[in-house]
Amino acid sequence: MTRLFKHMLPAALTALLLLPLPADAEIAGVQDYFYDRFEVDLHGFTEGRGGLRLDREEDQRDASIGEARLQLDFSRWLGDGELRLKTDLLADGVEEELKLELREANYAFSPHPDLDIRLGRQVLTWGTGDLLFINDVFAKDWESFFIGRDDEYLKKAADAVRLGVFAGPVNLDLVYVPLVTHSTYIDGSRLSYWHGGRQQIVGRDEIARDKSRNRVFRDSEYALRLYRQQAGTEYALYGYYGFWSTPEGMQQSSGRLIYPRLAVYGASVRRPLLGGISNLEVGYYHSLDDSSGRDPLVRNSEWRLLVGHDRELARDLTAGIQYYLERKVQYNNYLASLPPGAPAADRNRHLLTLRLTRLLLQQNLTLSLFVYWSPSDQDGHLRPKANYKISDQLAVEVGANLFRGSRDHTFWGQFEDNSNVYLGLRRTF
Amino acid sequence: MTSRILALSLLFLLASATMAWAMPVAEIVERANLASYYAGDDGRSEVRMTITDAQGRERQRQFVILRLNLEEGGRQLYYVYFERPADVRRMVFMVHKYLEREDDRWLFLPDLDLVRRIAAADKRSSFVGSHFLYEDVSGRAPTEDRHELAEETAVHYVLDVTPREPETVEFSRYRVWIDKENFLPVKAEYYDRGDNHYRTVEALEIEEIDGFPTVVKSRVMDLEGGGETVMEFASVRYDIGLDQSLFTERYLRRPPREVRR
Repeated sequence: MTRLFKHMLPAALTALLLLPLPADAEIAGVQDYFYDRFEVDLHGFTEGRGGLRLDREEDQRDASIGEARLQLDFSRWLGDGELRLKTDLLADGVEEELKLELREANYAFSPHPDLDIRLGRQVLTWGTGDLLFINDVFAKDWESFFIGRDDEYLKKAADAVRLGVFAGPVNLDLVYVPLVTHSTYIDGSRLSYWHGGRQQIVGRDEIARDKSRNRVFRDSEYALRLYRQQAGTEYALYGYYGFWSTPEGMQQSSGRLIYPRLAVYGASVRRPLLGGISNLEVGYYHSLDDSSGRDPLVRNSEWRLLVGHDRELARDLTAGIQYYLERKVQYNNYLASLPPGAPAADRNRHLLTLRLTRLLLQQNLTLSLFVYWSPSDQDGHLRPKANYKISDQLAVEVGANLFRGSRDHTFWGQFEDNSNVYLGLRRTF
Repeated sequence: MTSRILALSLLFLLASATMAWAMPVAEIVERANLASYYAGDDGRSEVRMTITDAQGRERQRQFVILRLNLEEGGRQLYYVYFERPADVRRMVFMVHKYLEREDDRWLFLPDLDLVRRIAAADKRSSFVGSHFLYEDVSGRAPTEDRHELAEETAVHYVLDVTPREPETVEFSRYRVWIDKENFLPVKAEYYDRGDNHYRTVEALEIEEIDGFPTVVKSRVMDLEGGGETVMEFASVRYDIGLDQSLFTERYLRRPPREVRR
């Protein structure tokens, strides 16, 4: 109990300070001031969130999350376009630091009727998967996702230029990121992971060190999407040239993790089918720094496939299922390149997901469950969540991130000791 | 010459008298459908919903709605841009409405920059947590019900309506009062399978806007569970020249100027 108290206290205190204050009228006063004075819409939220590990190892902390957050979202019409600035102030009790995060800072405008441009820091998303990503290679924050932050934080913003061209029968999206934004992966600092070199699960004693790409205009990402909708069916082709979004390579000399080069080519279709919405997406991940698959230090090329179906089971109850496949391309070369004694991954990694969503109490209570389960790896991840809107301003959320696996080195199995429950209270304005 | 004009006028008078006397039910239903959901070629309005639950707690919804008719009485496009409450701000709900098949629905979640396709097809579920149902907002195809003229008063046609597929809806029948002058339904009383009157939808205020009689305030009362929702329409405009391209993914990600206040 004392342990719990020690870690949760700073966050709980900050949350207490932030949440009940200021009063509605005061917030509205500030909002009116910004609007009247600068024609700026100001919105945002304050939030307190705390969570605990269910099963703790020696080199891990009790608290998986303990933080207070203030988000301010400014927007203003400027000419034909819109200017946005969204920023988070985070008091993180687990990492014991105060952080200022710029979530969005961009200008979206149309210099020509057939052209949209968004310039600056922005969140980028496309593709048809539900919490599975093939052609959406843009940066994710897996740590936030696994410790129970709001879904919003799964996507990391990138400093990018996005062009949309809407002339002709097919629409075109072009994205240029001058300096690649890497994903936030599980590095041991907060959540433990499987260390391939040590052949064991490690945590804070063995925090992964990586070498971020840092040359602006040279370590760049390019992404493109061609898409079209016809009679309710959405077709898309995708291309990406950049880097593995998580460090899928290692530098032999320093032992540090690196981000090898990657190209992705893919396609997707989504349409109503069999009384629901069905989708199919494929992608070829070409690991450019290991085209032959013989380099044991760089992840091999692979095919990825996704099939999904989403439907309503009853009023206010929907279900979605997905099948996902990762298939190593040069499997024999992969096997031959493995260090002796290292556990070998299967050629195919199969993954199934299930999502159930139930709305209750005049849609103010949302119960949801998302399950990942891999029959090939015999591991999985469960994400139950309940969100209740107490009022238009106040919402409470409770959920869990549960990991299971029969082996330590598999994707979900390595996270078993990170299973956690969390509780959050958010006030929007 | 004079006698021919007289004869024609007489004929015309007679004809119109007969029409007013006994307008076919199908025509009443058709005209009511057009008056309620198809006014103008397109339309825009700012909507405020006040949802009151059985305990008297209030919640607000505020959104801008754009509508474009592709066929009179047929296909339509809807674009709903949410402004309030703050947690749904900037979300967009888009519907391509068809008569012969299920509607296509999309939801745009701005924080994730995510365009999601919605599988939920049940049109009798609540619209954004209010007492209004999807069908109250975007219309119910007249072909789904049988209509019978129950009564004709000085100002109303009173129709009794029964669903052709009762298992797909929560009501067993409803009675609707249609204004004889402008064909707007001004009240509907819904009965459940036990024939209890459990729900009332009514038009509280009607104004003529751009030549179209328009319901600017309406209410749904839940007589069984308690609670009600009042919906108010402001800045209503018709025939503003909305383009079909506005109802595509492009404008989910980038709200068009038409939704600005």
